[in-house]
Amino acid sequence: MSRPRGTTVPTHETVAAVSTRPDLRRGDEGEGAGSKPLVFGVEDVSVYYGGFRAVRNVDLAIGQQEITAFIGPSGCGKTTMLRCFNRMNDLIPSARIEGTISYHGVNLYEDGVNPVEVRRRIGMVFQKPNPFPKSIYDNIAYGPRIARLDGDMDELVEQALRRAALWDEVKDRLKDLAMGLSGGQQQRLCIARALAVDPEVILMDEPCSALDPIATGRIEDLMEEIKSSYTIIIVTHNMQQAARVSDRCAFFTAEVNETSDTRTGILVEFDRTEKMFSNPADERTENYVTGRFG
Amino acid sequence: MAQLITSQPGPGLTSADLRGDPRRMRKETVVRGLLFAAAATSIIISGLIVYSLVRETWTFVSQVDWALVWGDGWFPRRGQYDIKTLLVGSLIVTVVGLAVAGPIGLGAGIYLSEYASARVRKVIKPTIEVLAGVPSVVVGFFALTFISPEIIQRFREATPQQTMAAAGIGVAILIIPLVASISEDAMRSVPRSLREASYGLGARKVTTVGKVVLPAAVSGLVAAFIVAFSRAIGETMVVFIAAGKSGGSLFETNPLEPGLTMTAAMASIASGTDSVVGEALTFQSLFFVGAILFVITLALNIVADRFVRRVRERY
Ligand SMILES: Nc1ncnc2c1ncn2[C@@H]1O[C@H](COP(=O)(O)OP(=O)(O)OP(=O)(O)O)[C@@H](O)[C@H]1O
Ligand SMILES: [Mg+2]
Repeated sequence: MSRPRGTTVPTHETVAAVSTRPDLRRGDEGEGAGSKPLVFGVEDVSVYYGGFRAVRNVDLAIGQQEITAFIGPSGCGKTTMLRCFNRMNDLIPSARIEGTISYHGVNLYEDGVNPVEVRRRIGMVFQKPNPFPKSIYDNIAYGPRIARLDGDMDELVEQALRRAALWDEVKDRLKDLAMGLSGGQQQRLCIARALAVDPEVILMDEPCSALDPIATGRIEDLMEEIKSSYTIIIVTHNMQQAARVSDRCAFFTAEVNETSDTRTGILVEFDRTEKMFSNPADERTENYVTGRFG
Repeated sequence: MAQLITSQPGPGLTSADLRGDPRRMRKETVVRGLLFAAAATSIIISGLIVYSLVRETWTFVSQVDWALVWGDGWFPRRGQYDIKTLLVGSLIVTVVGLAVAGPIGLGAGIYLSEYASARVRKVIKPTIEVLAGVPSVVVGFFALTFISPEIIQRFREATPQQTMAAAGIGVAILIIPLVASISEDAMRSVPRSLREASYGLGARKVTTVGKVVLPAAVSGLVAAFIVAFSRAIGETMVVFIAAGKSGGSLFETNPLEPGLTMTAAMASIASGTDSVVGEALTFQSLFFVGAILFVITLALNIVADRFVRRVRERY
């Protein structure tokens, strides 16, 4: 497997050094990521699939215990970008990343960084629910077992399911196959599964797209509740959701390339959610968040 | 759609215009008929095989002295048709074959599906397929002249050159490609999203393969083993050459001794002089054994088919 590698910037960088970089604090008026400790520093990141550049020149600063929302039209590279944070794109042989992403100051793509260790700390909920063809119980217990977490497994499973607002629906059928759950239940199962390993960061790719408003509300409550101990990045197509739950918001869009008719995602604006929705700096952001996109 | 419904047929349209050219239609029918005949041929052949098996088997079953069908040793010339000698012989060769081919074939399948890069795969896969194309008579002599002296007799010198173990290893060579390719397919059909779910939870590759991919592919893997079993039990040439016994054999359970399988026994009846000078039922016994073999492999294939279908339905 080819290991993508950061090209620019020194390998070790202190949190302070990154967080005080003016370009990472774009639109930041003295609060937010500047005051919270920095978890991820994204600098000039471009991602390629083979020769195709899916996103280019992204700079972001993700603060601790914050919820950052990625919004933007379909195909603009939100998933691609999100998967860079836990090196999930390593699994796609054609994928390659340029630029640096630091996690608490350590370049995630430097030599010697083990993606397995990265993913233990940075969990992920995928766009499409992907439960294992195992029982509900075993789905949740999978992560803790391989991480050899000690403690009462039954309790851990129950707690994870409760937090994902699924416990009441499945408590009598924990031994049933997870594939028998509805799509929305499966997605909550995947959220519970990610929570069960107690990661530091949770990356959520449209976690609510298959959920009804009640379950969505529960997941949003959950995010609010756990954000005191986790850092969350969520991709969503739901503007209200982004406005409701996120502290910061990054708006991506796809730009037609001059040389070919492919489209490359760019980060248009990244700011406090409040500002993004009330007084965005970029016209494209305004058009998108008010539904006038197109 | 809406437009189609509201538009009126043109003024010149008659119903004959929509009927099509009768010559072309006839051609359709002829082609269809020929293709049907081709498909039907295989059904007819299967029917004929079953018919001839059943007819001769019936003759055997209705006339044989049953005390000799479960007696000591398979000596059709002397009228001793101890079927358990053959069943056990076949079973030993098959089990040896699976014991060798199972781990190697499965390992190769796992490697090809989960570890090999596209480039490596492109080299290894065709190589394995070449192995599948080696004629079994060649493998038979390989078992006799290489496996037996170079492998088996190295561990135990007193072993005869022709043994059920040597034949079993020869059979393994023939079924490794089968196990490898069916198990590879089974693992490849496990969706990538499941692997990602596992990696996303911080699992390593071995863990992901062992705890997610293999369990998810289990029906396909079982199918691979059943197909391999049925292929091994039906293998003739390798055992005929390398297992040691042909015309007749006493009951033998030691793989390191010569033995006789159903297939080798049938081959020798069909090819040897036994059928001419032997007892009246010698020739019919061939069909009796054949019918048993047929039923075993048919049953195995049906079961394997079930498993394969379960893999397809799952995702
Ligand atoms: N594995 C891949 N191989 C090649 N191209 C890919 C791959 N995954 C995504 N792409 C391409 O990268 C671009 C960005 O895709 P991505 O999935 O990141 O978009 P997205 O913003 O998440 O869209 P959506 O909102 O529909 O989920 C698209 O043009 C897509 O076709
Ligand atoms: Mg996406």
